Amino acid sequence: MIRTFAIERWTPASRIGFVAIAIVIAALAAAPAMLNGGTLDRLTALFVYVMLAAMWNALAGYGGLVSIGQQMFFGLGAYFTVRLADAGINPFASTFAAAFVVAGIAWAVSYFMLHLKGGEFAIGMWVLSEFTHLLINLDRLIQGETGTSLISMNAYGADIRRTALYLVALAAMVLLLGILYALLRSKSGAAIQAIRDNELAATSVGVDVIQTKRKLFVLAAFGIGLAGALWLCSALTFQPKTYFSVQWTAYMIFMVLVGGIGKFEGAIIGAVLFFVIETWFGAAGVWYLIGLGMAAVIFSLYFPKGIWGAIEQRFGVTFLPIGYRLRILGDRK
Amino acid sequence: MSPAKKSRPPISASVEALIEMLSNLIQAIFLGGYYAMIACGLSFMFSVMRIINLAHGSLAILSAYLLFVLASKFGINPFVGLLIVIPLMAAVGWLLQRYLLDRSARGGELLPVLTTFGLGIVLDNLMFQRFGADTRSLAPYIGDLSWDSYTLPGGLFVGKLQILILVTVISVIGALQLFLRRTQLGRSIRATAMDPDTAGIVGIDARRASAAAAAIAMATVALAGAFLGMRATFDPYSGAPQLLSAFEATVIGGLGSLWGTLVGGIILAVAQTVGASVHPQGFLLGGHLAFLLVLFFRLYLNRDTVLAWFKRRQA
Repeated sequence: MIRTFAIERWTPASRIGFVAIAIVIAALAAAPAMLNGGTLDRLTALFVYVMLAAMWNALAGYGGLVSIGQQMFFGLGAYFTVRLADAGINPFASTFAAAFVVAGIAWAVSYFMLHLKGGEFAIGMWVLSEFTHLLINLDRLIQGETGTSLISMNAYGADIRRTALYLVALAAMVLLLGILYALLRSKSGAAIQAIRDNELAATSVGVDVIQTKRKLFVLAAFGIGLAGALWLCSALTFQPKTYFSVQWTAYMIFMVLVGGIGKFEGAIIGAVLFFVIETWFGAAGVWYLIGLGMAAVIFSLYFPKGIWGAIEQRFGVTFLPIGYRLRILGDRK
Repeated sequence: MSPAKKSRPPISASVEALIEMLSNLIQAIFLGGYYAMIACGLSFMFSVMRIINLAHGSLAILSAYLLFVLASKFGINPFVGLLIVIPLMAAVGWLLQRYLLDRSARGGELLPVLTTFGLGIVLDNLMFQRFGADTRSLAPYIGDLSWDSYTLPGGLFVGKLQILILVTVISVIGALQLFLRRTQLGRSIRATAMDPDTAGIVGIDARRASAAAAAIAMATVALAGAFLGMRATFDPYSGAPQLLSAFEATVIGGLGSLWGTLVGGIILAVAQTVGASVHPQGFLLGGHLAFLLVLFFRLYLNRDTVLAWFKRRQA
């Protein structure tokens, strides 16, 4: 008896999912023609949240690197945008250039930090972030905690700036998610998932753990740096304290834990949920933050797979498959 | 400075500079004692449960607020208040371990980081909700102890509170070491730290040992919160900087070593003092730099701890 089977990546659900995503992106790209300015600003913030969640998820969910210091890259992305724009480079071009500078710094830092384990890495990154924050304060251009503004943005009118920023943020989000998705489906993706499941076992089958983690670390820094740069373009003022705040990492952790850690779709769902909660309850101030903290504790303890994990388990669907499935076709005599 | 003093030969100026340097160094050593006080609980918990408690600083601030309420509302002296707050925080530690950390630790080594970070956010904001943004201090409630000092020969001043903190931390660490070595509970905690499963085989209740260790760690946190409130000011969001100082002192001294936290705390404080003398904003930068240098040292020269390095130098 011969059992025949097929190895597949795409399922009917994922094909539908992919088409749906393409339609959503196209609709979002056409949105500025229909939506008012305030809504565009909010959506720009949503895109930044999705970027943050996806990048923290890449680091923690796939690389097993829980960092409490990712606000370092957020702050540096904004800082280098200010610096490059001050040197006369177009502000929009500065955002991407700044993200590359941040990625370079992360690459250098990785040789040092990636040797730390577990909780030591988590708080070590936090210390590094505080250290960077204090160094940035010494820059005369920034004037300490007083901060400075992205003056060159004034060259654009308010409406043009808003629409341009919205489109740039949308493009940045799609680009980052695309890079992450491609990375996870590539040969490194198999290595990344092996590390996520069991680091020791991954090493034993020849995965270069540090090298693979470095890719994720640098990508996450690039993405979060870009997010910080875009946030600056929207807020226009750079006060180091608000950008190097650990609150950003708290948001990332909330989004990823609630959405589903280690799930590509989970981070996106978590970001959308966070966005909705912030829109409705953000005005509640302190109680809103208490609620976010409680949700992080409860999800980490009782629902470690998050919302998307529960959906996947319940219905067995994947919209963006990164693994392979074995489908048994039938038995032949 | 009198004109007569000015006209003295330069040798006197350098003596004065030397005395000032010595004075700064002494202050740094005492500050290091405070860092050790907050770090020893973090280190103790890590060595037993392999958990770095990110809510550690926030719990110290909570203790300080409890003492503040006892002092301002009920007129209870903070030293007397500790008789209430230490057992209370120990109970909090026991409950935390039983209902939060134990469950969290079973989910792998990364989960406790997320759980305790979330807990810290909840605590910080609850304290903000209850006490507002005002900075508080326990100094007004301890009479003249907060500023009274002894004068040493050569015009050096040493604060009485500073001495009390250093003596307390040395006693606490010494007592903890004795407790771990000499008592039944201490031995079961050490066994649990080494290997919880094997400890279970020989009849040790690992959950009970861990809960006891968490209670002890939180009792030291109550002391740290009290001293923070007496020697400085605090507000609801002071927890994070305290956690970072404690973590830095712990890592510099060697994660999991109790006497190491004292060495680490002093090195951290000396580095901050040196940093402050180099640049007006250099206090925290100096401390962070020392921490990063120690990490560098550890990773690239393959030496586990500064303490071990000193031991090897002596050998």
